[in-house]
Amino acid sequence: MAGYKKSLVDTSRLVSDKTTMSRIVDFITRWEFIIFALIVFEAIVFSNLTPYFLDTFNLLNTTFNFSEKAILALPMIFIILSGDIDISVAAIIALSSFSMGFAASHGAETGTLIVVGLVSGLAAGLFNGVFVAILGMPSIAVTLATQSIFRGIPQAFLEDQAYTHYPEGFGYFGQGYIGNTMLPFEFFLFLVLAVITGFVLHKTTYGRKLYAIGNSATASKFSGIPVRRIRMINFALTGLFAGIAAVLLTSRIGSTRPNIALGYELEAITLVVLGGVSITGGKGNIVGVVLAVFLLGYLKFGMALLNMSAKVMIITTGALLIVAVLIPEFISMRKKKNKLKKQKNDENTEEVA
Amino acid sequence: MKELLRKREFTLFVIIAFVLVLIVIRVPAFIEMENVLRIVNDTSILIMVSLGQLAIIVTGGIDLSVGSIIAFSGMAASMLNQYHPDLSVFVVLLVGIGVGTGLGIFNALVIAFGKVPPIIATLGTLSVFRGFTFVLSKGQWVTAHEMTEKYMNLPHGHFLGLTNLIWFGIVVSLLMYGFMRYTRTGREVYAIGGNKTAALFVGVSEKKIQFVVYTLMGVLAGLAGVMWTSRFAAAVNETAIGFELQTVAACVLGGVSIAGGSGTVVGVILGALFLGILTNALPVVKLSPFYQMGLQGVVVLGAMVVNSVSAKREEKKLLERRLD
Repeated sequence: MAGYKKSLVDTSRLVSDKTTMSRIVDFITRWEFIIFALIVFEAIVFSNLTPYFLDTFNLLNTTFNFSEKAILALPMIFIILSGDIDISVAAIIALSSFSMGFAASHGAETGTLIVVGLVSGLAAGLFNGVFVAILGMPSIAVTLATQSIFRGIPQAFLEDQAYTHYPEGFGYFGQGYIGNTMLPFEFFLFLVLAVITGFVLHKTTYGRKLYAIGNSATASKFSGIPVRRIRMINFALTGLFAGIAAVLLTSRIGSTRPNIALGYELEAITLVVLGGVSITGGKGNIVGVVLAVFLLGYLKFGMALLNMSAKVMIITTGALLIVAVLIPEFISMRKKKNKLKKQKNDENTEEVA
Repeated sequence: MKELLRKREFTLFVIIAFVLVLIVIRVPAFIEMENVLRIVNDTSILIMVSLGQLAIIVTGGIDLSVGSIIAFSGMAASMLNQYHPDLSVFVVLLVGIGVGTGLGIFNALVIAFGKVPPIIATLGTLSVFRGFTFVLSKGQWVTAHEMTEKYMNLPHGHFLGLTNLIWFGIVVSLLMYGFMRYTRTGREVYAIGGNKTAALFVGVSEKKIQFVVYTLMGVLAGLAGVMWTSRFAAAVNETAIGFELQTVAACVLGGVSIAGGSGTVVGVILGALFLGILTNALPVVKLSPFYQMGLQGVVVLGAMVVNSVSAKREEKKLLERRLD
């Protein structure tokens, strides 16, 4: 009997035999819930240790420290979902910031600077896209090479110098607030971009296609998804967002050195992976990544309030990344085991009957 | 002869020779024995670590934490030398290698048994190991006058006209050549990277192979850490930052497929030497060293384009032959 039943279509996914209990277990073992719980835990611990943590002004003001990296993480979701990776994003910021500095030194106004920053970012992204999407070369190798080209250009021209003269109004984007509120413009922009990214990811066919490509690029191609074009758009978008981050960062610190934004690519990838996006592609969502931004951002803020040194933060960030991947692996292993056990039990009871 | 021409290493060799000729036309002294030996000496550390990276990339993985392993084991060895100056240099060397091995084993455990994708695991340990370097050193440096004469002479000593550092490079190269080509485990590394399913079916253990290659990388990076700090007579917290990318670049230049399954020891050595020649040639041909980064990127990208075009042509030929 059992054999007959098993040889037919697996109906376990069509007919829900879940109990309330297992639904609750499923919910609290969901990655977004775990991150959310961690944020709450973090808030409780830090607010008990220091009175300065739960303070609206502080909480909003510290977003200056992570908004640019958070913006980089958004298109990185697209890239990683479709099975690629881009380690040149920080170098694109350097190139784009250099272009703005160059333009500013030739008397460009704020409006022109922004256009220059965004266009050079977009161009760098398209450059990556040509090699990855059109020539079909592996993204990790391509962006490894292009990151040293993109950062090599400002290094060759600037050497050990820096651009430090930017027009008066340019400082608003990285330092200003929305109206008379305490809401930083950078952070507001991140929230807007996150909503747009989430919409594209979960409510449009473009988003659905990303998941399809990440699960199987070959199958996607055969079912008529323009894989090349989508990967090309992904890299172009990443370039554009790096351009946005470059505008914000340059405006915030008011100078351009060749080593600007060094290591940002690792932080952006960390945010995406910590947010539950599978590095092998095809799995993840926007909520997890946005929560990861807050988890990591406020962890650093809290540790800084407690005067913990930078090295402790480096270690914590790295450890968190590894643990973040270990935990879901562990959970899915447990779930699989339980499922197997349950199947075995079912078979046994049927045979007895 | 045809076989030789088709080989990737031969192409790279010709390119290197061509670049050398270009440089020598401008600066004849570049090819003098003394300078050639200096370039090989400068590149030895890169060769050793790149060969470790080769084994990992062939399995389809990557190790981004090598720079941090070099920094940590170099710092550990230097501090041991600083606080126990009468300890034999040989012991210090072994301790450095041991520390590197330990960190490699940590990577190996996380990747082979924790099933964490290599890029993520080593991205994490890149920060963790670097952080531990700061913790170990308390942010301090170990400088030349705190190291013993013997320790600093470790890479500089001469034997049969070559520096010890070059000898280390030669020994590691020979061992890796033998390992990858002639040992069972070495062949299994290629098997796992080439066709994992097939390899698993014939009984190759993926866990074992992953464990071996990441541990091996720890051994080589530990050795490199000792060499690095003793050669430059300084152990700083920023030692070898970004070095992981150079090792990957040497592999890619040497024709190692980033998707796994193919790549040779000879190719990687040539790739590393090419990068070394490039770095050393810049000041000689009066180009600012600030051009190095961009130029390196252009060269690596160019090599990859050549690689992918020739791979596609090969595939086409194979298809045509099958159709005939």
